Amino acid sequence: MLEVERLSAGYGAHQVLWDVSIRVGDNEVVALLGPNGSGKSTLMNAISRLVERFDGEIRFNGIALHELPPYRLLRVGLSHVLERHRLFPYMTVLENLQLGAGPGASRALIQRGLERAYALFPRLKERAKQLAGSLSGGEQQMCAIARGLMSEPRLLLVDEPFIGLSPHMRAEVTEAIRRINAEGVAILLIEQNVPVALAMSHRAYILREGRVVLTGPSAELAAGDKVQKAFLGRLNPAEAPAGNAA
Amino acid sequence: MSDQLIAQLVVSGLGMGFIFALIAIGLTLIYGVMEVVNFAHGEFLMIGMYASYLAYVTWGADPVVSLPFIALLMFVFGVAVYYLLIRRVLTGSMHAQIFATFGLMVFLQAAAQFFMGADYFAIQNSWLSGVITIGDVVLPMPQIAAVVGASLATLLLYALVFRTSLGRQLRAAAQDAQAASTLGINPSTMYALAWGFGSACVGVAASLLSNFYYVFPRVGAVFVLLAYVAVALGGFGSIHGALVAGLLIGLLQVAMGFFVSSELKFVPVYMLYLAVVLLRPRGLFGRM
Repeated sequence: MLEVERLSAGYGAHQVLWDVSIRVGDNEVVALLGPNGSGKSTLMNAISRLVERFDGEIRFNGIALHELPPYRLLRVGLSHVLERHRLFPYMTVLENLQLGAGPGASRALIQRGLERAYALFPRLKERAKQLAGSLSGGEQQMCAIARGLMSEPRLLLVDEPFIGLSPHMRAEVTEAIRRINAEGVAILLIEQNVPVALAMSHRAYILREGRVVLTGPSAELAAGDKVQKAFLGRLNPAEAPAGNAA
Repeated sequence: MSDQLIAQLVVSGLGMGFIFALIAIGLTLIYGVMEVVNFAHGEFLMIGMYASYLAYVTWGADPVVSLPFIALLMFVFGVAVYYLLIRRVLTGSMHAQIFATFGLMVFLQAAAQFFMGADYFAIQNSWLSGVITIGDVVLPMPQIAAVVGASLATLLLYALVFRTSLGRQLRAAAQDAQAASTLGINPSTMYALAWGFGSACVGVAASLLSNFYYVFPRVGAVFVLLAYVAVALGGFGSIHGALVAGLLIGLLQVAMGFFVSSELKFVPVYMLYLAVVLLRPRGLFGRM
């Protein structure tokens, strides 16, 4: 579904990603792991065209994403829930959700999306007329995920959905992500907590200093101590089978 | 004092107030969506007024008839200014943006002087000239037209911004352009539309104003300074704020002009401005 080939990207003269290759298959949940500043968010933002690409290719169901401006991605079936939810604070929950369906969305699509959103997170229905900025952190994250689903994407990018959430909210959001995946949406996920991320995903990539240093099925990675080594930098990027997805 | 006098003062104050408000709403719309101050905003008003005047003397088109066309013309003009000038300086420093619109102001004034000369022109005997008499209250028609026309235009803009899908997209781009772009919204298109709608507001104000005010190359400065005050008073980027502050300014200056002295009519306006800036720097209303 998503294929990132030897991607180099960064900000102006500052290169952050070096030759990164990752894949997300149909119906897969793939986790991006790595220490702070390893380039996880930059990779995700480069996929959704918010960060400048220096070299490499990004393909999504055969479409060259790297040739599209960011606002075209929704229409090809890719949706990105940005870090720190990024709701429009001075708009209502309902307006935020309506915007998620994209410009020119049909009433039917919006209606379907709202029903799905409210089924996934019932409390959003109670909060529909409230300003998004007035919600609690957990509710805002729910609203952001629901907004990301409104366009009925094939692939959902979710950047740190659990940051600042209470354990109860974490469980609710985790369950929602499972259900979204069960409905046939592939998910690329960034999460700091390694055990949580590995438990939720089918496969994982570990990034360090802008390079993929380790990849494999999450169950295998959870068993050994390779992930720890990769985090601590004891695994040389050159030795790692970067991009050769399991 | 008589009811008649009070009615006249209120109508005249609201007439000017709505004009200020409409100009200020245009300004605050552009600022609210992209945080660029249009220093050439007064010159947009001047262009609209010349267009109204020229339509009248060339084709005999009364301002009432030409109003929608002038709004449309100014919409197109605003969009063109965005694509030809503003978009090119957006990634530059803030100084580049300031000097771009400031330069546009100087250019448009000079161009008006070149093509139209420095003379004052006024539309004589338009449909909306004269007075209307209700009982023994005599009210000036152009000011009533300004109140009605400007409030309708304001209502339309409110409906557009707060009730339509397009308005939602505009507000989304205003609040978080990057997040908006991940939702399929092209921020640059929204910026262009903000310039278009903001300029169309000035176009409507220009058309209404041309019923009772003369046009000359520097006419923009007379009104736009008060529009800036209205924007700052109301809170930068706030449409409600610009509307309330515009009306307040209109009423204040007419009341002061009548009861005290017309030379002092702007004194309470600027005193109020200073008080608000000192006590509540973000203006009366926070945000759009």
